[in-house]
Amino acid sequence: MRNTSARIRWFLFYVAVVLFVVFVLFPFFWQIRTSIMPPEQINKMPPDWLPSRWHFGYYVRVFTERPFLTFLKNSLIVASTTTLVNVTIGAFSAYALARLRFPFKNLVLSLVLAVSMFPVIAIVSPLFLFMKNLKLLNTYTGLVLPYTTFALPLCIWILTAFFREIPKELEESGKVDGATPMQTFTKIILPLAAPGLFTSAILVFISAWNEFLLSLTFNTADNMRTVPVGIALFSGEFEFPWGEIAAASVIVTVPLIIMVLAFQKRIIAGLTSGAVKG
Amino acid sequence: MTNPTKVTRSPWMGLIRPTTNADREYRLALALMAPALLAILGVAFFPILRTMWISLHTRVLNEPGLGQPFVGLQNYVDLVVGSDGRLLASLANTLKFTVSSVSLELVLGLLIALLIHREFTGRGLVRASVLVPWAIPTAISSLMWRFIFDDRLGLLNDILARIGLIDGYQAWLGNPKTAMAAIVATDVWKTTPFMALLLLAGLQVIPWDLYEAARVDGAGAWTSFWRITLPLLKPAMLVALVFRTLDAFRAFDIVFVMTGGGPANSTETITVYGYKTLMRYLDFGHGSAIAVIIFLCVLSISFLYIKLLGANLSKEV
Repeated sequence: MRNTSARIRWFLFYVAVVLFVVFVLFPFFWQIRTSIMPPEQINKMPPDWLPSRWHFGYYVRVFTERPFLTFLKNSLIVASTTTLVNVTIGAFSAYALARLRFPFKNLVLSLVLAVSMFPVIAIVSPLFLFMKNLKLLNTYTGLVLPYTTFALPLCIWILTAFFREIPKELEESGKVDGATPMQTFTKIILPLAAPGLFTSAILVFISAWNEFLLSLTFNTADNMRTVPVGIALFSGEFEFPWGEIAAASVIVTVPLIIMVLAFQKRIIAGLTSGAVKG
Repeated sequence: MTNPTKVTRSPWMGLIRPTTNADREYRLALALMAPALLAILGVAFFPILRTMWISLHTRVLNEPGLGQPFVGLQNYVDLVVGSDGRLLASLANTLKFTVSSVSLELVLGLLIALLIHREFTGRGLVRASVLVPWAIPTAISSLMWRFIFDDRLGLLNDILARIGLIDGYQAWLGNPKTAMAAIVATDVWKTTPFMALLLLAGLQVIPWDLYEAARVDGAGAWTSFWRITLPLLKPAMLVALVFRTLDAFRAFDIVFVMTGGGPANSTETITVYGYKTLMRYLDFGHGSAIAVIIFLCVLSISFLYIKLLGANLSKEV
C-alpha cells in the first residue's frame, strides 16, 4: 500500500520534471527544426513538425548573403574587451573593498549598488550626444565603455565576496616576507581568486554579448552591428526570413549552451552569491 | 561604532600628506578604485544629470532651427497632458507587464525550485537545462517565440487547432487583446529559470533538521512549507523580486523584437516609448523627460524594496 503510493508519487514527480524540461527546451528544438527545413516546406500551413530532408542552405546564406560573420566578429571583440577591462578594474576595486580600511566605504558600496539598478535608457540621450561629438558612434569603444560600467556591480559584488574568503594570514605572511601590497595582490591574492575571476568573466561576457538597447542605438552601421541586433534586424523583401533567423540563432545559441553546460556550477554560484548572502 | 579619535581627522588630510599607515591604506584604496569610480561617475551618474538638464530644453536633432531654448518643465507637461495619453498608456502597459510577469515567475519559480530541491537521477541535467533560456540573448529568444506565435506558420496555432481549442488561426501578436499576454508568456519562459535558481539557492541554506524537528512534532508537509520554508525563504525571495521587478520595468528588447510596441501601441512599454522618442523622432527634449520619469520610477521601486529588505533584515538581527 505504502509502496505503491510512494511509487505513484515518484511517477508524478518525474512527469512534472519531464514536462518542465520539455517546456524549457522545446523552443530550441523548434528553432533547429526550422533552420534545416527545406524552403518548399518552411512556408507550409499547417506547419510540418519535421523536415522531409536535411537542408543546410540557410546556414550558408547567413554567411554569404548577410554580414553575419561581421556581426559575430563585432560581438566577439566587444564582449571580450569588455570582459577583460571589466574584470581587471573590478578586481582592483573589489580588493580595496574587501581588504583595505578607508573612509567612505559604504558610500562606494552604495554607488556600486545604485549602478546595478540604473535603467540604461536614462543615460542614452547624453551618451549618444557625447559619442556623436567624439566620433565614437559605430566604434567598439562606444559600446565597451558603457558595457564595462554597467557590468561593474556584478563583477565587484562577486569578487568582493571572493576576496573576503581568502584567509588574511596568507597576506600577512606576504607582508612579513617583505612584499609590497601590490606584490601581495598579484602574487598571492589573484591566483587564489582565480575561480571568482573566472565566474565574473563568464557572467560579464554573457551580459555584454546579449546587450541590445545601446548596441541598437550607438552602432547603426550595418558593418558595426552586434549579433543580437543584427539578427533582430534581418528582414526579407517579401517574407520574414525565418529560416535564416533560425540558422543564425542556432549558430549563436549552441556555443552559449556548451559554455553554460561546461561552467554551470560557476555560473550558478555567481548568480546566487548575492541572493543568499545579501 | 566609529572611533571618536578618528572622527576629528578630515579624510582629505591623509590624502594630501600621508603620515600614517591608515593614510597609506586609504591612498592605495582610492588608487585601486579610481578606474571603476571614474567609469561609474562618468558613464552613469554624470550622464543622468545631463539627461535631467536636456529634459528641461527643447532639442530636436533634425530641426536645429528650433535652437535649444530652456523650457522648464514644459516637456513633462506635454507628456502628461498632451502626447494623446501615450505616456500614461505606456506606463500602464509597463505596469501590466511587470506585475503579471514577475508574479507568474515568482510562483512558477518557487514551484520549480521546490521540485528540483531534492536528490534524483538526472538532477544535474535539469539544473543545466534551467540555465539555457537565461543564457541566450533576449532578442533571440524573442524571435524564437515570435515565430511560435506567428499567425500563419506558428506552432501555437497548429497545436491549439489540432486539439480543437481554436477554430481558425489567430494573430496572437497582431491582436491588442492577446499581444501583451504573448510577451508575458515569453518573458516567463525566459526568466522563470533565473528566479528558480535564486530561490533554490535560498532553499539550500535552510537546515534540514528544522524539517526533521517539525516532522517529529507531527507537522505535515503543508504546515512545514508555510511555517518553515516560506518565512526562511523570504530574504532570497525579496532579493530575487527586486532584480526581476527592476528588469521587467525596464523591458525593452523583448517588446521591441516581438511587436515593436504594437498593435496600436498596446504593448508599448515606457522604455520603448522613450527609445522611439529619442531615436526615431530624434526629440531629445521629450525623450530625455521620459528617461527621467523612468529613472524616478526605478528609484522609487528600489527604495520601496530597500525598505522592505531593511525591515526584513533588522527583524532577523
